[in-house]
Amino acid sequence: MALLEVKNLGISFGGLRAVNGFDIKIEKGQLYGLIGPNGAGKTTVFNLLTGVYKPDTGSIILDGKDITGKKTIEISKAGIARTFQNIRLFKEMSVLDNVKAGLHNKHSYSFLSGLFHLPAYHSVEKQMNEQAMELLKVFELEKEAETLASNLPYGKQRKLEIARAMATEPKLLLLDEPAAGMNPNETKTLMEMIEFVREHFQMTILLIEHDMKLVSGICEELTVLNFGEVLAQGPTGAVLNNPQVITAYLGE
Amino acid sequence: MEKKRWNKTAKNNAVTYGIVVLFWVAMTLWDQSGNLSSLMRGLLVPVCIYAIMAVSLNLTVGILGELSLGHAGFMCVGAFASAFFTNLMKETIPFTPLRFALAILIAALFAAIFGVIIGIPVLRLQGDYLAIVTLAFGEIIKNFVNILYVGKDSRGLHFSIKDTLSLGLEDEGVVLVKGPQGITGTSRDATFTIGIILLLISLFIILRLIQSRDGRAIKAIRDNQIAAESIGINITKYKLMAFTVSAALAGVAGALYAHNLSSLTATSQNFGYNMSIMILVYVVLGGIGSIRGSMIAAAVLTVLPELLRGLNDYRMLIYAVILIVAMLLNWAPAALAFREKYSLKRLLGRNKTKEAE
Amino acid sequence: MSFLSYLINGISLGSVYAIIALGYTMVYGIAKMLNFAHGDVIMIGAYVMLTAMTSLMAPTIPALLLAVVACTVLGVVIERVAYRPLRNASSPLAVLITAIGVSYLLQNIALLVFGANTKSFPSVVQLPALSLAGGKLVISSLTLVTILACIVIMIGLTLFIKKTKAGQAMLAVSEDKGAAQLMGINVNGTIALTFAIGSALAAIAGVLLCSAYPSLTPYTGSMPGIKAFVAAVFGGIGSIPGAMIGGILLGVIEIFGRAYISSQMADAIVFAVLIVVLLVKPAGLLGKKIQEKV
Repeated sequence: MALLEVKNLGISFGGLRAVNGFDIKIEKGQLYGLIGPNGAGKTTVFNLLTGVYKPDTGSIILDGKDITGKKTIEISKAGIARTFQNIRLFKEMSVLDNVKAGLHNKHSYSFLSGLFHLPAYHSVEKQMNEQAMELLKVFELEKEAETLASNLPYGKQRKLEIARAMATEPKLLLLDEPAAGMNPNETKTLMEMIEFVREHFQMTILLIEHDMKLVSGICEELTVLNFGEVLAQGPTGAVLNNPQVITAYLGE
Repeated sequence: MEKKRWNKTAKNNAVTYGIVVLFWVAMTLWDQSGNLSSLMRGLLVPVCIYAIMAVSLNLTVGILGELSLGHAGFMCVGAFASAFFTNLMKETIPFTPLRFALAILIAALFAAIFGVIIGIPVLRLQGDYLAIVTLAFGEIIKNFVNILYVGKDSRGLHFSIKDTLSLGLEDEGVVLVKGPQGITGTSRDATFTIGIILLLISLFIILRLIQSRDGRAIKAIRDNQIAAESIGINITKYKLMAFTVSAALAGVAGALYAHNLSSLTATSQNFGYNMSIMILVYVVLGGIGSIRGSMIAAAVLTVLPELLRGLNDYRMLIYAVILIVAMLLNWAPAALAFREKYSLKRLLGRNKTKEAE
Repeated sequence: MSFLSYLINGISLGSVYAIIALGYTMVYGIAKMLNFAHGDVIMIGAYVMLTAMTSLMAPTIPALLLAVVACTVLGVVIERVAYRPLRNASSPLAVLITAIGVSYLLQNIALLVFGANTKSFPSVVQLPALSLAGGKLVISSLTLVTILACIVIMIGLTLFIKKTKAGQAMLAVSEDKGAAQLMGINVNGTIALTFAIGSALAAIAGVLLCSAYPSLTPYTGSMPGIKAFVAAVFGGIGSIPGAMIGGILLGVIEIFGRAYISSQMADAIVFAVLIVVLLVKPAGLLGKKIQEKV
């Protein structure tokens, strides 16, 4: 059974059909690419998958569970985590606290434990610190644990956002143009890191990318969106050679 | 690394508590030496009241990141709830410390209830809309208290929003809340020491909250609500938690206020939006999000107009000018750039690395 | 007939709120700041008018012009000295608190110059009252002038924004400062012009308000300022017709509340209606809801 199965997903804003009849099937452990020209509706698909928008039509099944129309917080608990095209970190918090915020629903102690530093507080905070530091090590951010998130260089902010998403221990990780604004060198390291994350955590990843060259290197399967509809779908090689796809990207 | 982090936070907290304790020691010694003017002595409790107001508002404004212009409304609720309780229980609980402690708890409880009732609708709004609605609630509370009449006789409590007569009291009944005349005859139980203790408790609650898992969630919402939602943080719950704790502590300040005066009325000076704005000034001048800073700003700015009293008519004028100049120097990008360029640290060649608190 | 006369009084008071709210809403639209000192500009305008009429023995129209000019200059100076340096401050609260400081400053200047005593305001409009339905409904000339002034200002402002280059520049700056700058619009000049217009309107509102409620103190502007702010939010802050509708509704609600429910609760009723409106329409009656793009 597929980890994520989306059928006939659609949404309109005013008169505009932003996404229409969108289907996708992602197997566990896959690294899947969602590509398409600017304004094709890629981020809208992410917003539908994560409950930022409620779909007008269609269904979203995650690991056998129907999450269609659920709220963002429930979807996070169900196991989808994401990053954002325009980085959204907790800027005035430390790098460590950003990741610990991601661990929020994994650990808990009562308001009173926090107030009076009861034993639960100490043990849970210790666990959270350990887990967060482990994640930071994976993303090579452990040296910056105490730095304010806003003081990180751009590339590391992108990494931290992925680390924070991973802290929620998702089943599916959605990355929205993680390489946006990076130079070719940074992009290469990032792509290597994404592959590493996938191996290390056995993670299923759905990746939005604007640049076809980047995805062709690491994604096994692609879906191409154009004007809110699926233009082509299938193994990377076949999709990239699809004449319709080439037209959509290069124009007539 | 973790050890270092915890020590740093603990040290920071200790400094904050230390300042309060030192202030208490200094003022108490000064008072006992007989050199403290009665004017200054009269300011000791208000300093505690406004410091509690400022640190509690900072929880909403600085830590949660929502602009509230109705904080004085919660102070009003706390003041009236506690003064009412004290007057009602005058004979039942003759032991003052117990009665006052209960009155403070009741103030906090009632203010918290109002915090929840107001917070649920208000926290759905954003930015300046939220600000104006909190202001509106604050004014409604103040206005409502002014038409509230409560009396007590052998049959129990009687309420009215018209006048004393319509309470329909028996002959030996007493009117406890008299509309615009408010509550009179509250015993003046508030002392400087109690004020300091309440300030310490407020600081303890706020600092511990900020540095807990809940506090992290609250700050995450402040920094980026959409991202906080995406990692599964319950926005409504944590906004309401911060808002309610903030309201409850304002209620405590209200209890202190009510028990520092023998007669309590709700005017636009003490519980109107002017007061809410005054508290906001303390928070912003002390540093948005800096609990210690807002406490110090509140104390300094409570005393400052009195210190300027010798200047008579010019004192509020000077206060206003100081406020404007302080804001310009602390916040204008041009002024900040100038300070950066000629800062002592830079001139001494020291590297400044910004670290998280 | 009392219902009708309350309604007309309400519209008249509401017209004053609307004129103040227009200033509020324009400044908010363009500078994205709550100008807490706006109400105090009203008070200064009224004092200038009073001084001109009583000490200088100036006739109504020149005195009014003097008040308008004084407030316009004041508004521009406040913007230049206190607000502009903070326009790009890291927190929007900085300029809000400065505005509060300016409010205190204006109140205390007035206190020093004019004293704390309540001054009675001379009657500005000396025309016969309008008597309708055989004398059952009397509308004072001031009421008529107030409502008329409001209508003229509303039309004038709408035409100004639609038809003139400066008005179009205002719209552009309120949409996007950066883009407006790139298009060659003088952003600083446009914002200054907005403050000038808003303050001029405040002067007119101050004179009308003090003519209707002829007692003037240094704190006279404070509550009407807040009410006008409420009116602006009520109608949808940033929207000119919204400020108009919000102002008039607020005035009517206040007068009806005072007449039919409780004079002590009139303000509370106004605020309660605001809360209900915002809970149903979180961006006000005519405001546009801005959703953050994810």
